[in-house]
Amino acid sequence: MAKNWWKAVAVILVLFALIGGLLIDVPRLPILNETIRNLFYHVTMWFAMMILMTASVVYSIKYLRSGKELDDAKAKIAAEIGLFLGVLGIATGSIWAKFTWGAYWINDPKLNGAAVTILAYFAYMILRNSFDDEEKRAKISAVYNIFAYVLLIVFLMILPRMTDSLHPGNGGNPAFSQYDLDNTMRIIFYPAIIGWTLIGVWLGELKLRLHKLRIKKLEDEL
Amino acid sequence: MFNEFTALLSKEVKLEWRNKFALGGLLLYVVSTAFVAYLSFKKIVDIPVWNALFWIIFLFGATNAVAKAFVQDSKEKQLYLYTLASPQAIILSKMVYNGLLLFVISVLTYIVFGVLVGNPVQNPTMYLTALILGSTGFSGTLSLLSAIASQTQNNVSLLSILGFPILLPLLMTLLRLSKNAADGISWTMSLNYVWILLALNAIVFALSYLLFPYLWRE
Repeated sequence: MAKNWWKAVAVILVLFALIGGLLIDVPRLPILNETIRNLFYHVTMWFAMMILMTASVVYSIKYLRSGKELDDAKAKIAAEIGLFLGVLGIATGSIWAKFTWGAYWINDPKLNGAAVTILAYFAYMILRNSFDDEEKRAKISAVYNIFAYVLLIVFLMILPRMTDSLHPGNGGNPAFSQYDLDNTMRIIFYPAIIGWTLIGVWLGELKLRLHKLRIKKLEDEL
Repeated sequence: MFNEFTALLSKEVKLEWRNKFALGGLLLYVVSTAFVAYLSFKKIVDIPVWNALFWIIFLFGATNAVAKAFVQDSKEKQLYLYTLASPQAIILSKMVYNGLLLFVISVLTYIVFGVLVGNPVQNPTMYLTALILGSTGFSGTLSLLSAIASQTQNNVSLLSILGFPILLPLLMTLLRLSKNAADGISWTMSLNYVWILLALNAIVFALSYLLFPYLWRE
C-alpha cells in the first residue's frame, strides 16, 4: 500500500487540473480568450508525451548496452503510452484550433512537427511488428528509436524557426509564457504535467505487469 | 580502418559497374518520372511547384536507390563481410558510396527535369550545393534505415515508412534552400540553411556510425 501513494497523487493532480482548470480566473488575452484553458490539457499532455518518449529512448539505450529483454519491453511500453498521449494531444489541439483558428487543421510548422512525431512512432510500432525473432526485433527497433528520437528533436527545434507560426508563443501570438506575472495558471499547469506523466507511468506499469505475466505463462507452458 | 574503407568503397563501385542493369533501372526511373511530370504539366512556370516536384521525384528515386544498399547482399555474403571488416568501415563505405550515387542521380534528375519541364533556377551553384548536401544527408539517413529494413520481410515499403518522417527535417530545409536558389536570392539570405543542412548531415552521419554496429552484431 505504501508503494502506491503516487497513484493517488496522479489521480488527485489530474482531477485538480480538470476541475481547477475550468474554475480559476484566467487572463483574457486577444485571440485566445477563454480557450487559453486548453493549455492545462493539450500542452500538458504533450509535455507528458515528450517525457515518456525520452524515457523510451533511455530504455532503448539501456537495452543496447545491457541486452536485457525487460529494458526493451519498457522502451516499447513507454513509446506506446507516449503515442497515446500524443494522439490525445493532437485531438485536444485540433478541437481548440477549430474554435480559435476556425479549422481543425491548418498548415503550421508546430502542427506539422506534431504530425511527423506521431507518424514516426507509428512507423516504430510497425517496425516492431514486422519481426518474428524477439532478440532481433528488440535490437533493431532500439536503433530506430534512438535515430528517430534525435532527428525528431532536431526537427521540432529547427522547423518553427524557419517560418512564422500561428501557434501561441510564436510569431508574436500571445501565450502564457509571455505573461510571467500571471502565476495563477502555473498553479494548474505544472501539477497537470506531473499528473499526466504519473498516469502514463501507471498505465505503463500495468502493461509491464501484463507483459511479465504473459512471459511467465509462456515459460510455464514450456 | 582506412584501408578497409577504401577497399569496401571500391567493391561497391565495381559491383555497381558490373550490375549495370540496376544503375540503368534507376536512370530509367528518373527519366520516366520526369516524362510523366512533363506529360501532366507540360511546362512548369510556378517555382514552388517545380521545386517541390523535383524533390519528390528525387526522394522516391533516392529511396529506391538506397533500398538495395543492404538488401542486395545475401545473408552469406553479409556473414563473410562481417568476418573481414569492421562495422564502422562498412557503414562508412555504404554512406559515402550512396552519397556519390545519389549525387549522380540528383544531377541527372536535374538535367532531365530541366530539359523536359523547364529550368527556372537562377542560381545554379546554390542549387548544386543543395543537391550535394541533400544527397549526403539522404544517403546517411537511408543507409542506416536500409540496414534496418533489410532485416525484415517487407523491406522496400518499410524503408519508406521508416524514412519519410525522419527525412522531413532535411527535406524541408532543402526545399527552402533550393527555392532560394531558384528565385535567385543572394547567398547571405540562404547561408543559414546551408549551416542547418551541414549540421543535419553531421548528426545523421554520427548517429549512423554509432548505431550501425548494434545492427551488424548478431
